[in-house]
Amino acid sequence: MIRDATAPPRDRSGDWRTVLFPALISLVSIIAVFGALAWWVTSSPQWPRVQAQFFSLGDMRAAFPRVLEGFWVSMQVWLTALVCIGLWALVLAVVRALRAPLFAPLRLLVVIYIDIFRGVPVLLMVLLFGFGIPALNLPGLPNAALFWGGVAMVLTYAAYVAEIYRSGIDSVHEGQWAAAKSLGLTEWQTLRYSILPQALRNVLPALMNIVVALQKDVALLSVLGVRDAVREAQIYTATTFNYSSLLVAAGLFLLATIPMARLADWVARRDRVRRLQRTQ
Amino acid sequence: MTAPARIHIQALTKYFGNRPVLDGIDLSIALHEVVCLIGASGSGKSTLLRCINGLEMWDRGTVRLDGVPIDDPGFGGGTLQKRIAIVFQSFNLFPTMTVRDNITLAPCKVHGKARAEAEKTAHHLLTRFGMAAFAARYPEQLSGGQQQRVAIARALATDPDVLLLDEVTAALDPELVGEVLSIIRDLKARGLTMVIVTHEMGFARDIADRVAFLEGGRILEEGAPDRMFLAPHNARTRRFLQRIIDAGRL
Repeated sequence: MIRDATAPPRDRSGDWRTVLFPALISLVSIIAVFGALAWWVTSSPQWPRVQAQFFSLGDMRAAFPRVLEGFWVSMQVWLTALVCIGLWALVLAVVRALRAPLFAPLRLLVVIYIDIFRGVPVLLMVLLFGFGIPALNLPGLPNAALFWGGVAMVLTYAAYVAEIYRSGIDSVHEGQWAAAKSLGLTEWQTLRYSILPQALRNVLPALMNIVVALQKDVALLSVLGVRDAVREAQIYTATTFNYSSLLVAAGLFLLATIPMARLADWVARRDRVRRLQRTQ
Repeated sequence: MTAPARIHIQALTKYFGNRPVLDGIDLSIALHEVVCLIGASGSGKSTLLRCINGLEMWDRGTVRLDGVPIDDPGFGGGTLQKRIAIVFQSFNLFPTMTVRDNITLAPCKVHGKARAEAEKTAHHLLTRFGMAAFAARYPEQLSGGQQQRVAIARALATDPDVLLLDEVTAALDPELVGEVLSIIRDLKARGLTMVIVTHEMGFARDIADRVAFLEGGRILEEGAPDRMFLAPHNARTRRFLQRIIDAGRL
């Protein structure tokens, strides 16, 4: 059939074939791949024993209330640490960004601090703080391992976040400093009104990744005996010799981190669109 | 008797490393006078401008405003910037703030003006520059010419005695240059003292009371615009202008 050459091409987006075929192909390939994997694993001679030890629904149900309780502890630590890290890292980044010679000693201290806390494994910091400082029995400060382990997490993560803030501050055009100075703004006012709002907007996607990473890294506090999700799951394992409780904890963490990861992706995508629009 | 100098620059010298960017500049700008600085890129004209309101420090010499050195402690706390404002080639508006907040920031935060009063001033300036409808917009939503008009309004918000303009039309599309130049003409008509660095030679000839030609950090020649453009004394000024004419920019 000959059609008018100037007519627009037929809209095929509503055509069931263009929608259904790719979906069908993906579905078939997913079933094939995962089916083969499942068959391969379950055909192993040890599978029934592993199934009983890790995938026992009865044990999962029994462990769930305690693990969930521990999970709330994890999330509380996560939220508290998040706020503390955000603020403390901002202080570090601002001190490092101030250019007046007066602040040179403070700048040096911040550089040393960041080097130390980025250079030591966070698990080691948690152990040192969680077991070491309570032993000092410092007057006026709490002695709980949870508190000092949390402090270690905050101090370590803040070193990373301070560097992210700094990259954001450095990414702001030099002309902004010149404009602010030409208007008579002090250094602090320049940061407060011009540089930091732009810097934070630029590093938001990178910060979201830290938020997600921290959400699961709070499980490190379990090494101090803090009764978080991981610890509760281990306690169940220790009394019943069944590991299904660990999978319960893993499932709870996934429920929390996957939405956060999607949110991080969304923030990153929105940021990219904004940058593209600006360069047009 | 000559008119009293609003700005008096004496033997101003500045080095980048061991290369002099300003090499003994002497220049006076009288009240209500408009002086254009011309010269090739790297001749030091922008650096000279940035020294006048303390954006850059220099190594030797003095810059005086009404007889007082601008590094005098009395000019601290934004006092100097209130009296000598500058507009940049790349606008340098604050992108996270609305047009209105860009203009009221320094009056409110540096000079302690009441918010309502600062906003009234901002509104007057924006109206004068045909930008009143854009007060609540963000800089990124404006064209280059509109952004530069806002930047000029921001510079004028503290009612400065001297306005420095650093190649303010160089980053604009050709069809947007006119709207910014007409504002500068209007400012001259109102008697504002200005120092203008520009590559728009036709505009310089038209608006300047005096033109200074810089090369290698020195003022090689200065004089009335007609004399400078029609009968330059210095061979290097002639060569520079010839290149401009060859490029079709005059």
